[in-house]
Amino acid sequence: MAGAMTANEILDRLFLEMRARILELAASFDRIDRADSDDHLGEDPRPSQLRRANDIVNSGRYDRAEQVQMIFSDPYQAGWNRPD
Amino acid sequence: MYYIDPHVHMISRVTDDYERMARMGCVAVSEPAFWAGFDRGSVDGFRDYFRQLTEFEPTRASWSGIQHYTWLCINAKEAENVSLSREVIAMIPEFLNRPGVLGIGEIGLNKNTQNEATIFREHVDLAMKTRELILIHTPHLEDKYKGTRMIVDMLLEDDRVEPERVLIDHVEEHTVRLAKEEGFWCAMTLYPVTKCTPARAADIIEIYGDDRIMVNSAGDWGPSQPLAVPDFIQEMRRRGVPDSKIMKVVYENPLEFFSQSRNFQFDPPDTFPMPREAAVD
Ligand SMILES: [Zn+2]
Repeated sequence: MAGAMTANEILDRLFLEMRARILELAASFDRIDRADSDDHLGEDPRPSQLRRANDIVNSGRYDRAEQVQMIFSDPYQAGWNRPD
Repeated sequence: MYYIDPHVHMISRVTDDYERMARMGCVAVSEPAFWAGFDRGSVDGFRDYFRQLTEFEPTRASWSGIQHYTWLCINAKEAENVSLSREVIAMIPEFLNRPGVLGIGEIGLNKNTQNEATIFREHVDLAMKTRELILIHTPHLEDKYKGTRMIVDMLLEDDRVEPERVLIDHVEEHTVRLAKEEGFWCAMTLYPVTKCTPARAADIIEIYGDDRIMVNSAGDWGPSQPLAVPDFIQEMRRRGVPDSKIMKVVYENPLEFFSQSRNFQFDPPDTFPMPREAAVD
């Protein structure tokens, strides 16, 4: 089921909302970095997850939402239920 | 537009919510058994909970003209207590022939542990022996992808399971294909911050189509929105989707899935006489 709106109509509807969300994200990264000038977060994996997710947002893929979900997902091991 | 909320924990909501949902077009809800916010201490605690789900909750729903259905189980969080879980599973059949009981649910995984998997399989076994539908909870956040794959693996292990009689809930962008490709029904939960938004649910339907999929609010005692399904309807309308297409997702699909249950008796709203039992003081 394809959407009924054109890309222009979607952009008109979403532009200010997306602009606000990107600003919020930029300010959130700034806030964390400002409080972490002596690199307290060190080995915490979450900042790098967020940065990798950001890279996906900036990519030209068509499945960005799915790929961002995978960054925040534990790995699955096939065969976990088979007796070895 | 008439709609059905196929997953909402009304026991945690006030009567005013039923009334607001009815005014928004809700004609039926289905309420899976879930975690109360604390671990219950005995099988009798569950027996009383199942009485509430099958006796008082349908009455309270009827005050607003809403038809109430339910699902029974011990949820994944409490499944870590294997012996209590087995007592509950043995007790569930006392309730399976009550009106409005659609099947076993919401069973599933929470932290993807061995005990949870053991009790999940035992619930599936009960559902197969008693020929019940199954409603499945998938874990949240980082556990969701792995947990959904483990659940699909366990369902495929059991060759008695008919995929069209199983609903996998809380699917998102990275798990919807896992459910749909194996022929299961699936549902998206519209829940603030941790699950899907109305816009992302509409995107998933644009990408994967509107067969065997539904949306719900999963309204409960946490921060949740019992009017989330009307929010989804509004999002679809804004995108120019015709009402007949929206109605398939929010009304016809739940009806088609529930109709497989022997205890599902539904009065369509244009014939429903709105029998209201007197509200208690
Ligand atoms: Zn639930």
